[in-house]
Amino acid sequence: MRVNFKIWRQESHQEEGSFKDYSVDNITSDMSLLEALDYLNETLVLKDEKVVAFDYDCREGICGQCGIFVNGRAHGPHDNTTTCQVHMRSFEDGQTIVLEPWRARAFPIVKDLIVDRSALDRIIQKNGYITVKTGGAGEANSILVAKKDADKAMDAAACIGCGACIATCKNSSASLFTAAKINHLDHLPQGKLETNERVMAMVSQMELENFGSCSFTGACEIECPQSISITEIARMNNLFLKAKLTKE
Amino acid sequence: MTRLDAKIPEGELEKKWSNYQAKSNLINPANKRKLKVIVVGSGLAGAGAAATMAELGYQVECFCYQDSPRRAHSVAAQGGINACKNYQHDGDSVWRMFYDTLKGGDFRSREANVYRLAQLSAPLIDHFAAQGVPFAREYGGTLANRSFGGVQVERTFYARGQTGQQLLVAAYSQLSKMVEAKKVTMHTRHEMLELVVTDGKASGIITRNLITGEIEAHNAHAVVLATGGYSRVFRLSTLAIGCNGSAIWRAHKKGAFMAGPSFTQIHPTALPQSSDSQSKLTLMSESLRNDGRIWVPKNKDDKRDPSLIQEEDRDYYLERRYPSFGNLAPRDISSRAAKERIDAGHGVGPLRNAVYLDFKDAINRLGLKVIKDRYGNLFDMYKKITGIDAYKSPMLISPAAHFSMGGLWVDYELMTTIPGLYAIGECNYSDHGANRLGANSLLQASIDGYFILPNTINNYLSSAIKNDPPKSDAPEFTEAKSQVEQRISRLLEIKGSKTVDHFHRDLGHIMWQECSMSRNEAGLKKAIIDIKKLKEEFWSDVKITGHDKELNQELEKGLRLADFIELAILMCEDALERNESCGAHFREEFQTPEGEALRDDSQFSYVSAWEFINENEFKLHKEQLNFEFVKPTVRSYK
Repeated sequence: MRVNFKIWRQESHQEEGSFKDYSVDNITSDMSLLEALDYLNETLVLKDEKVVAFDYDCREGICGQCGIFVNGRAHGPHDNTTTCQVHMRSFEDGQTIVLEPWRARAFPIVKDLIVDRSALDRIIQKNGYITVKTGGAGEANSILVAKKDADKAMDAAACIGCGACIATCKNSSASLFTAAKINHLDHLPQGKLETNERVMAMVSQMELENFGSCSFTGACEIECPQSISITEIARMNNLFLKAKLTKE
Repeated sequence: MTRLDAKIPEGELEKKWSNYQAKSNLINPANKRKLKVIVVGSGLAGAGAAATMAELGYQVECFCYQDSPRRAHSVAAQGGINACKNYQHDGDSVWRMFYDTLKGGDFRSREANVYRLAQLSAPLIDHFAAQGVPFAREYGGTLANRSFGGVQVERTFYARGQTGQQLLVAAYSQLSKMVEAKKVTMHTRHEMLELVVTDGKASGIITRNLITGEIEAHNAHAVVLATGGYSRVFRLSTLAIGCNGSAIWRAHKKGAFMAGPSFTQIHPTALPQSSDSQSKLTLMSESLRNDGRIWVPKNKDDKRDPSLIQEEDRDYYLERRYPSFGNLAPRDISSRAAKERIDAGHGVGPLRNAVYLDFKDAINRLGLKVIKDRYGNLFDMYKKITGIDAYKSPMLISPAAHFSMGGLWVDYELMTTIPGLYAIGECNYSDHGANRLGANSLLQASIDGYFILPNTINNYLSSAIKNDPPKSDAPEFTEAKSQVEQRISRLLEIKGSKTVDHFHRDLGHIMWQECSMSRNEAGLKKAIIDIKKLKEEFWSDVKITGHDKELNQELEKGLRLADFIELAILMCEDALERNESCGAHFREEFQTPEGEALRDDSQFSYVSAWEFINENEFKLHKEQLNFEFVKPTVRSYK
């Protein structure tokens, strides 16, 4: 098949970017979208042009490194998937496919379709962990965890940190990402002890990083590759309120 | 050869590790603060080691090529992690786990190392539970287990089908804790391109900042490599696209021996390559073989739709060749048998490179609902990737390069043959021998990083305290930097006519044909000649656009491929030298009349450790394996 890519090209954060058109033949329907870009890039090299920079690694939907805004949707035309899992059969022969980087104030563009998501790492660095040292653990079965709690913890812990929730949110809010980590740890007795400090620290870092506020449109849960529910955000707000009220 | 001292501690197997710990050198906290350790890689091994060493007080610098340490490929492991907790009361023990692992590796690993792996597995689960890993639980709140290939007890702990992700996220969160505490400096989007050695000891690394292209020098009292496997040498593999062998190859060229480099696990149930531009082979869980039947058409080039091929025209080759195990034959056997049929012209699918995994009989026998309950998520995933409904039409599966048992040779302390250089996790050769058991890779990476290295590195660093590394602007660093810069400009100046991917496809093709599931002397010799030719062509005809002082992914790929090509030659040399079949290494000349692997303990009961002499020239050193506590037996599947 033949597709027309309309791709955002931007040399660096300091320079202006713009869309550029590329018409590509010999695309097969079982190629993934990223493989179609690989293919485009090989043709660009042979034409002496610079390749389109885009992020990827595992290409099986779990590392969270890929992320392209495809025809106006984070990670492409399907719900709850990653960009690497979108295949060309999802598009029509001759279709125009618009590719843009994640757009958010907290995600500066590095080059072309690559953005800097280190803000997410900095949120985790603010108590997004359990304070325990290697070597200090007691027998695992001495702390029982109800199956339903372990399941709920796992639902939240499944976050792959791709940033699609932020890219799709009209406010560029990182609430779903932050809530997922807070709730993952709060559902477990091992993590609950530090919930108050954690929720205060992580939420305040989220604001410092220039992410917007959540206005509950629900866009995030439609794009989240792990189908993390927007109810996680409500739960985080609840924990935040409790922490604030019981402070000191 | 005296250079290969494995430093195995004295005493009974059960006491070796505690004896070691009791006698190794300690460093007082005030001095630890003055010692700097570099960790390359941020997967389970790297992040665990970086976080733990930072907790102990060392200054740690950690590097990864991804945009965040949380992306490392440990994240992709699905199945689980083994530990002999014996929670199921089914007779598990440290000894049993030790023996399963040693035997699974076809007796090509050290008893002392493997025993320690089993010993430390139970406390590792305690450790991960304390870090907040949401392991699967029973209704009563205790940890759940499941069974896994190759063993008769239930010792696998898991977090849905995302165990690797959950363990990695835990390690990443502990790493983040130490970044926040300013004990770890994290360098993301940095790739190690050279090791610096001063007076025979590792003293630092040269990296490239992947955003700006800047070449940087970093000095340290010790360097730890935790850079994972190198199966991308086959190009198509189950690994992440960025996984590479450059760090260990650079170390090898600076004097670190490579052990068993050709030992590669080929996984039997991945999705097949669908076009030449495919970049990755996705794994499908092996559990599907419990109910699926594997077959190919009896007649070559039978291109009919599978539903039109009658029973008498189907060859259920695993059931035919291995009647006792059938479709549940072990990984290496199944992979080899599939390759044999595909090579003989019976392959199916658009590229004739796959075999059928058929659930028709199982659906007839058990009903659609049961199959949906058991494998629904896998059928969904299959449909997502291929667009095919496997309830109606058989799945297409194919073997794929997966895990590197080979890697840098390390002693009991996980130190390479270069003093002060350590290798942990998949990038070393330590516990798995010639074949790795399922759910043992997360285990080894974690134990190396969290438990072993932080206890052994002080034995070396205690003497380094009087011996600071040279400053990062010292002559050896500026020289190493300029060598890297020259290599990069040489690559960019070729301006040839073929892309990096073009050469990578060619390399992958050679390696897959001659150095994967089954090898023979003539094929390996030809492969070595072909790869050397490919190396020349690469260095004279590759084309990379863009320049070096910018984010340039073609350049990154080119540098990695240059190292893969050299590593591939050594892999073939290693496979050629080992005139026996063991584990994943199957030499066609050495098999029983029934086609089973023929191991030769009288001549090959050693770990092959290769020293780099010159370009394309390697010298073999042998570490004899002494089995004091168990007697190696034939690994039989009859």
